[in-house]
Amino acid sequence: MKEKITRQEVRHVAQLARLELSEEEEKQMTAKMNQVLTYMEKLNSLDTSRVPHMTHAIQLQNVFRPDEVLPSMDREQILANAPECDGVSFLVPKVI
Amino acid sequence: MELEPVIGLEIHAQLLTKSKIFCGCSTAFGASPNTHTCPICVAMPGVLPVLNREVVEFAMKMGLATHCTIAPSSQFARKNYFYPDLPKGYQISQYELPLAVNGWVDIETEKGPKRIRIHRIHMEEDAGKLVHDEFQPMSYVDYNRTGVPLIEIVSEPDMGTSEEAAAYLRTLREILRYLEICDGNMEEGSFRCDANISLRPVGTEALGVKTELKNMNSFRNVQRALDFEIRRQRALIERNEPVVQETRLWDVARNVTISMRGKEEAHDYRYFPDPDLVPVVVSDSWVASVRETLPELPEAKRERFMAQYNLPLYDAQVLTSSKALAVYFETATAEFPQPKTVSNWIMSELMKQLKRDEREIEDCPVPPENLAELLSLMDTGVISGKIAKTVFDDMYTTGRKAKAIVEEKGLTQVKDEGAIEAIINEILRENPTEVELYRGGKEKLFSFFVGQAMRKTKGKANPQLVNEILRSKLANEER
Ligand SMILES: [Zn+2]
Repeated sequence: MKEKITRQEVRHVAQLARLELSEEEEKQMTAKMNQVLTYMEKLNSLDTSRVPHMTHAIQLQNVFRPDEVLPSMDREQILANAPECDGVSFLVPKVI
Repeated sequence: MELEPVIGLEIHAQLLTKSKIFCGCSTAFGASPNTHTCPICVAMPGVLPVLNREVVEFAMKMGLATHCTIAPSSQFARKNYFYPDLPKGYQISQYELPLAVNGWVDIETEKGPKRIRIHRIHMEEDAGKLVHDEFQPMSYVDYNRTGVPLIEIVSEPDMGTSEEAAAYLRTLREILRYLEICDGNMEEGSFRCDANISLRPVGTEALGVKTELKNMNSFRNVQRALDFEIRRQRALIERNEPVVQETRLWDVARNVTISMRGKEEAHDYRYFPDPDLVPVVVSDSWVASVRETLPELPEAKRERFMAQYNLPLYDAQVLTSSKALAVYFETATAEFPQPKTVSNWIMSELMKQLKRDEREIEDCPVPPENLAELLSLMDTGVISGKIAKTVFDDMYTTGRKAKAIVEEKGLTQVKDEGAIEAIINEILRENPTEVELYRGGKEKLFSFFVGQAMRKTKGKANPQLVNEILRSKLANEER
């Protein structure tokens, strides 16, 4: 059976997701993702040529809020879960 | 081989809503870091963004003002990438179904007006701000700006010079400011511009390999970066070396663009429709009601100023460059109905002062009614044109009215013939040599006598009277 996703592609996706996979994990993920994609392929057996393009399963549209300022959260609380902070800003490793 | 540049611009304009695009946090600039944040805009698990209706209206206004078609249905999408200024790991933007498409604006160029097509306008959220520590390998993240609404305006690659690109930028900025949906401040980043540029042989259609330029925070920098990039690409092509498709940053200190290659491993944003945000469906009646709120736009105002006030194109362009300046002109002209005189005074005296102080017309200490009063005093001969300029300077510095200054300083024009005659007699007595030379045919000396008369009256003598009396006196004695 033809592969749905190659080892190369899995590596690329892992890189985009900032995941470091070992050789073994790469092999495992490729196999698993191929299984998932093969399973999903079953959906293609349905004829959807007459079904309009849609982005949501529910028939909702135009959900708005008015342009009103509401109180923000306490900074202390916002920063409470930060792995690192100085009480004012979140601190992260420097990335440029 | 003659090469021509092909330039397209992507503009990000911060919208002047009070609250953010998907939560109620304030958009006010300059607050202490992370005080305008909540679980939604810092992406805590389980929160639900809800779209600010005003953002849709503002974006629609720009779409209509630039002759776009408003999409009956549009959709938000997630643009996925990891960077600490983006707490969710994706930016909510629009991708396949933007709000507005296929518009245009006309810009003024040296060769006359040129139409620049607009590819699309879509809504999205701004990212946070990073401050990098100078000494430690650490960055400070402020999420106040995260979720501030933006519109991205993407042009077609219709510009052929850096001047055209700057003219297009100015035109869009003017429209945004007329609509009062963006303050257009490039230095503070509420109006930002990226440029795509490539070269191709003149007369060909296919586009060359393009580079994307970023980090240009002023009109001047946009123009300089484009000019540099045109030279750089031309040199490569002439040496038969390939232009690499890449993002380049404008380095303002060194006046060059530098490659970001390697730092952005092939962008793969994996856009997909955002399941948290339902489609935005815009009915014809909604479009019509927004269209009704559009003000007179710069181009229409410019044409009206030329027709209604009989002003030259240049004057009309300057006076309509901001809505406030146009209002200033029209208010002053209503009180003193000599449009060209008002225009001249605004463009010379007034703008000179404002420019020197880096002030906007909104903060002008001389209200338009006061300028009109000054011009009336001059027009009715109460003060001379020369004195009017010094009175104006005084009005600008003190904020007082023309009449009060003229009365207090005794600047009223001397129109008493007897008084002027006495002064002229005095001058002729004091300068016998010049009188003789003049009468001997050296007529250029006439202006010397006028100058003397003006000096003695501190510029207050009515110039016509001075001329008449001088002429008759200098001639009379001859006989
Ligand atoms: Zn918020």
